[in-house]
Amino acid sequence: MKSRTIAFLLSLIASSAFAFAEPMAYQLPAETAELKPGPGVETAIVCTTCHSADYISTQPSGKGTAFWQAEAQKMIKVYKAPIAEDDVSVIVKYLAATY
Amino acid sequence: METPNTMNRRETLKSALAAGLAAAVAGKLAPAAASETVNLPLGNGERPLVTYPGKRALIVLTSRPPQLETPFSVFDEGIFTPNDAFYVRYHLADIPLKIDRDAFRLNIQGKVDAPLSLSLAELRNGFEPVELAAVNQCSGNSRGFFEPRVAGGQIANGAMGNARWKGVPLKALLTKAGVQTGAVQVSFQGLDRPVLPETPTFIKALDLDHALDGEVMIAYAMNGEDLPWLNGFPIRLIVPGYYGTYWVKHLNEITVLDAPLDSFWMKTAYRIPDNVCACTEPGKAPTSTVPIGRFNVRSFLTNIADGATVKANSSLNLRGIAFDGGYGVSDVVVSADDGKTWTEATLGENLGKYSFREWKTNVSLEPGKHRLMVRAANRIGQSQPLEPLWNPPGYMRNVVEVTNVIAA
Repeated sequence: MKSRTIAFLLSLIASSAFAFAEPMAYQLPAETAELKPGPGVETAIVCTTCHSADYISTQPSGKGTAFWQAEAQKMIKVYKAPIAEDDVSVIVKYLAATY
Repeated sequence: METPNTMNRRETLKSALAAGLAAAVAGKLAPAAASETVNLPLGNGERPLVTYPGKRALIVLTSRPPQLETPFSVFDEGIFTPNDAFYVRYHLADIPLKIDRDAFRLNIQGKVDAPLSLSLAELRNGFEPVELAAVNQCSGNSRGFFEPRVAGGQIANGAMGNARWKGVPLKALLTKAGVQTGAVQVSFQGLDRPVLPETPTFIKALDLDHALDGEVMIAYAMNGEDLPWLNGFPIRLIVPGYYGTYWVKHLNEITVLDAPLDSFWMKTAYRIPDNVCACTEPGKAPTSTVPIGRFNVRSFLTNIADGATVKANSSLNLRGIAFDGGYGVSDVVVSADDGKTWTEATLGENLGKYSFREWKTNVSLEPGKHRLMVRAANRIGQSQPLEPLWNPPGYMRNVVEVTNVIAA
């Protein structure tokens, strides 16, 4: 009797281990990159909705207004970045002056 | 190529150590993220080195989405790239961070007679497994070396890797589901999603003939282990010889289509100039484009870093890797005199036409500065240009690589 109870309990544990296998999880390291300070940074923070600041800071340096204008337009048109029309020029100015 | 990185890394380490020591002496705690950095040999090339779970310290391009570059020295460790060093590239930042292996299903749907919904166990046990050595390379590998510079992920030469992939041929799955007449393409989607619902979701497509070629596969193992999480756990698409953009990670949806996929990721992104060189005059846009396809030919010297000092007037061993889009590397030649003369290198074991191929040779250098060049060709006569080609998105760089050394 006793051994049957133990066997039953063991089978219960074994089956529950299979039935309730925890989903596997992945822990990303903390994000540390931040936008560089500069006029307009508080508006440009919207860029970090979809990507970390290092996507900006690792771009080639000193590419100027046309480069950043094209990037901003790409983000708005293609990726549907939620940037108000009035903010575009502020962000482009910040990016061109800062990176 | 690596000496500047290594030196910078050492110097940074030294200063970080010194700072930590000073802090300890002062009775303060050292900063938690005492960051180690590398300097890639390109403008604005300083990057942090960070150890992600399941990975060794890799070069961080962006942290959200995670994009990690393999330090170039890894390519001299062996012909296969270790899983913990394999590069990582995502487009959109809502990547899966929880996956239930038991509940996971791969769905095959669309223009098929019998849609399938396969568990991982069914995928492993219900089909004859195949194994294949193949290089995965990002379309924008080496983009950081483009001149004039172009926007995009600024990577050096470390967005490539070679692995043994094990899984099920896509053809077997499509055959079981029964492709209906009128089908023209097959699309692939994984678990990753955009942050904003309005952003185009990452979906890629292959023409039906390609999908049914018997080589395209769904891999559940990489170098004999589960796929690393960031390389597409639990399964990903393997498209031998083709750029990584098609190798959809965390693959869970395959759809057979009766019209070409109309998505940003096929129609606008990942397109190359529609000409033989996939190039334009620097700074100019192409007149017409096609989706990016097979790799061009590339070769690298891996055992000597750019800027290294080597022994003069003695036999100097040179070693490296070469690969192409699946026609097979036929020749690797090396020049130590600025391309005036070239010597044939010996090719290593042939591990399949999609794998890295090792090459070896030796040279004797007179004292002074030398430019070591390596150039590969494949079985259909494609080779590498001596001057870099250019295109607006910064894809498919394959110029003959030069390693500067000083013989003394």
